[in-house]
Amino acid sequence: MRRSRKKLSARISPRSSLRMDVWLMRHLQVALASLGRLIRTPLSSLMTTLVIGIALALPAGLYLLLGNVQTLSGNWDGAASISLFLKQETSDKQARQLTSRLQNDPAINQVKLISRTEALEEFRQLSGFAGVLDSLDENPLPSLLIVEPTAQHAEPVPAEALLARLRQNSEVEFAQLDLQWVRRFHAITRIAQRGVIILASLLGLSVLLIVGNTIRLEIQNRHAEIEITKLIGGTNAFIRRPFLYNGAWYGLFGGISAWLMVTVSLLLLDNPIEQLAGLYQSGFQLSGIGFSTLLMLLGGSTLLGLAGSWIAVGRHLNEIEPS
Amino acid sequence: MIHFDNVTKRYPGGHEGLSNVSFHIEPGEMVFLTGHSGAGKSTLLKLIGLLERSTRGQVRVAGRNLTRLGRGQIPYHRREVGMIFQDHRLLYDRTVFDNVAMPLVVAGLGHIEIGRRVRAALDKVGLLSKEKNLPITLSGGEQQRVGIARAVVSKPPVVLADEPTGNLDPALSREIMSLFEQFNDVGVTLLIATHDLELISRMNRRILVLEKSRLARDSAAEVMT
Ligand SMILES: Nc1ncnc2c1ncn2[C@@H]1O[C@H](COP(=O)(O)OP(=O)(O)OP(=O)(O)O)[C@@H](O)[C@H]1O
Ligand SMILES: [Mg+2]
Repeated sequence: MRRSRKKLSARISPRSSLRMDVWLMRHLQVALASLGRLIRTPLSSLMTTLVIGIALALPAGLYLLLGNVQTLSGNWDGAASISLFLKQETSDKQARQLTSRLQNDPAINQVKLISRTEALEEFRQLSGFAGVLDSLDENPLPSLLIVEPTAQHAEPVPAEALLARLRQNSEVEFAQLDLQWVRRFHAITRIAQRGVIILASLLGLSVLLIVGNTIRLEIQNRHAEIEITKLIGGTNAFIRRPFLYNGAWYGLFGGISAWLMVTVSLLLLDNPIEQLAGLYQSGFQLSGIGFSTLLMLLGGSTLLGLAGSWIAVGRHLNEIEPS
Repeated sequence: MIHFDNVTKRYPGGHEGLSNVSFHIEPGEMVFLTGHSGAGKSTLLKLIGLLERSTRGQVRVAGRNLTRLGRGQIPYHRREVGMIFQDHRLLYDRTVFDNVAMPLVVAGLGHIEIGRRVRAALDKVGLLSKEKNLPITLSGGEQQRVGIARAVVSKPPVVLADEPTGNLDPALSREIMSLFEQFNDVGVTLLIATHDLELISRMNRRILVLEKSRLARDSAAEVMT
């Protein structure tokens, strides 16, 4: 019996006799046929696509917003900077020496020196107290070093360590890090990131269910066709294929509509945000979905559609047997 | 070609559709299967096409023991058994051509080869001019012939027909029987279930008679003894 079974599959198994390009050709045909099927029922296809699109647009939009907030925080890198107020007796020369020493510190990106003289000059111009200052016989202002840590050292813990280290310099009278703000900001973005991940998972699951349910109905509608195909010797793989493509198309089109929704929303937000940024003298601009994010969105949505239909097909195809 | 050894089919619920049936059909034979309604004719054909599995006994087709054939092998077995049904089982949203092409598409043939073979089969059953029609626009006899074309298009060694002339007038029935004889002439093994005793007697072929799920008569055995 074993022999005859082997002979059977050797004689009529299609794989062995098909060349690769024929196989690809066939997949292309099935893919296009299932696309054609979607187009022939435009209304219901469109609705399914939009539902998937909305489910995906929400996390995609929030992800984008989060990315924008982080860019914005990049503009506020000053928040993670350390201010070193030098002792009164430190001369401008000593301040410059300290500056160049710190400049070589690997934890530090950049140091900006505002010498006592410069500070006084600035104060004179901006405050309008020029007369008062002139009456003083000594410059009351200290030199100020603004230290900007490198990216790794801008995080709360290493930034604090850096602060402690800088404080030990003999020239330093007083060192200050606006840590509270940095901490809060990091905590908030972490929560937001987590939130987006949770939301994306839930809505991804809903996409899975939407596609699964749509494909289940499709299988029911094509009950007769599936039964007859089984009757004339269609393998499960053959019968499964159009439904899998169907799910993948739904996912892809859902992803595209999500992209459109997010892009249109950003366009609508662009003007008011520009005005707001203008009020804060910031050159901030909303950034849209980049190419790699778009690829990720479309790839992910296609995979979700494929997985959803895979589940539906696996569950319902075996229930249909010819009689 | 088709061996039944003490085959029993018990349906869920306990009813025996077939009880302890044994017979043997040689390659190239054309055999009629008859019996009263509910005798088990359809059940017997379903066992050969693996639409049902036997409860006891052994069914062998073309040297394959169907009792042991795994699920994954069933489609490949069905490609070697052409089946024709009284209710045609056509897809009504597809053209005649597409219906007949199905077994070849499933088997993965290229579309030029498919076109050639489908037209040859349609020509054989006299429906070449209707290849673009939908089945619903055809008469009962024409639909039956589409079903026949689909069953033979992939040139299976075995063809089964369940009441193929059930609703047809005598002239159409004769036409269809002569089609079957032509297939038989080129070596196809045929097993045809029918109520039409008059038709059977005229054909002068081997007859299996089922009675209350048992094999009551085998005309081949009578000739031999
Ligand atoms: N799926 C099923 N479940 C339970 N019993 C069944 C099933 N199919 C058939 N039977 C029973 O098995 C017996 C044989 O049925 P079968 O369909 O083989 O008869 P038949 O000879 O083809 O009859 P007919 O000439 O009316 O088509 C009948 O009594 C029928 O009720
Ligand atoms: Mg019957």
